[in-house]
Amino acid sequence: MELTTLLFKTIFLFIILLVTLVVAMYSTYAERKVAAFMQDRNGPNRAGPFGLLQPLADGLKMFMKEEIIPLTANKYLFILGPSIAMTTALLTGVVIPWGDTLTIGDHVYSLQMADLNIGILYVFAMVSIGVYGIMIGGWASNNKYALLGAIRAASQMISYELAMGMSIIALVLTTGSLSLHDIVAQQHGMHWNIFYQPLGFFIFLTCAFAETNRAPFDLPECETELIGGYHTEYSSMKLGFYLFAEYVNMFISSAVIATLYFGGYNMPFIDQLGLSSNAVTFIGMGFFFIKIFAFIFLFMWIRWTLPRFRYDQLMNMGWKGLIPLAIFNILATGAYYFFTSLK
Amino acid sequence: MIFLFYLLSAIMIVCALLVVFSRNPINNVIYLILCFIAMAGHYILLNAQFLAVVHIIVYTGAIMVLFLFVIMLLNLNKAIIFRKSTVTRVSAVVTGGIFFLVLLAATRQTFEIHAKYPFNSDIGLVSGIGKALFGEFLLPFEISSILFISAMVGAMMFGKKDE
Repeated sequence: MELTTLLFKTIFLFIILLVTLVVAMYSTYAERKVAAFMQDRNGPNRAGPFGLLQPLADGLKMFMKEEIIPLTANKYLFILGPSIAMTTALLTGVVIPWGDTLTIGDHVYSLQMADLNIGILYVFAMVSIGVYGIMIGGWASNNKYALLGAIRAASQMISYELAMGMSIIALVLTTGSLSLHDIVAQQHGMHWNIFYQPLGFFIFLTCAFAETNRAPFDLPECETELIGGYHTEYSSMKLGFYLFAEYVNMFISSAVIATLYFGGYNMPFIDQLGLSSNAVTFIGMGFFFIKIFAFIFLFMWIRWTLPRFRYDQLMNMGWKGLIPLAIFNILATGAYYFFTSLK
Repeated sequence: MIFLFYLLSAIMIVCALLVVFSRNPINNVIYLILCFIAMAGHYILLNAQFLAVVHIIVYTGAIMVLFLFVIMLLNLNKAIIFRKSTVTRVSAVVTGGIFFLVLLAATRQTFEIHAKYPFNSDIGLVSGIGKALFGEFLLPFEISSILFISAMVGAMMFGKKDE
């Protein structure tokens, strides 16, 4: 690899990391503001103008709190849990195409860290490893509420991964590629996959809610039944990591949904504007982030609107509702392409 | 690349030994997970990205989660020492030794196989595997999928036993 490419990739990696963390940080602020708006309150407004420094104050508070490791807990696994949750949440960002190519001098750089030819499966693999953070942390706490939360998290994530994988299979049938770069490039000019896979999109969206443990699927932490679920025994920055990983996951899954179904960095009528390729890239990137923020808002909107599912309802919906729907979606997509190819 | 190969192999061997020698069931599972992840690293070194990711999804993300799930559900957090009769022990050692011999014989043959089929860097990518599975190995592939379906139906039957 050339030195300039290497340098660009390194800088780009740090920018992705920084943007992910900042967006996740301000998602916590946005969540409280959205909640306040929906409940007709003011929300945080003391730290800085409009309460904009609130996330920093929260972070500082998390760092300053006393760190407690329960005496009966398994110490190493207790520390390993939040580390896994945070690491896997951050690892997914490398395959997402954040923008088209950027031309600096003679070099053309792709605004995607790694264009794996199995990018979509890589995202899926990271999601499936992410369960361990919750399971190991919940088990190592040696607390029955934490254990119940961990077991709920594991069964919920296994159940919804199936439907999620099947909705992705139908999407792959339409796109004919597993590479996120190709999938986005194909959606150029309003050929967004949402128009070809509307059912698949709804299944994927529901599963994304379940996989990120957001309400109405926040059974693993369900505070009215389980105190705090898997992070009952956690304090200080380890708790902060768990809470923060949820917001990172929310950002990344919004980005994945926007990439897979809403054209990623593609914007309608961009070709008619007659701009230079760098300007198009930057506008596209801005448009991509608008889509991401729209999905983050959707996540919050649903959290503060819908009540939590009961546990048996959750399992029934996953196994008896979403999986048959996803299988039907695969069959319908396959049949469509089979019969259109006959002509 | 050679350095990465040795690093991954070392991690794998150490983790595999720890799986055997560790007494705590949870630790066993975690070392096995590490072992699987290192194996996925080997696949990536062979440019078999598809195999690597599927390996992580299936083994690390699904099967080991179930293992961990069962261990947590039974709450086996104490170290267990198995007490087996002498007959079981001796037969276990003999079976293990024979299996080791078979593996040794199989690895000796790889030199000949390697010369016959030179390394193809596309073999582990999606298109290569897809063409191999749905072309040359179509019948075994379909038969194994029938096996999976029958296993799934069997699991459903066990689950419905009470009704």
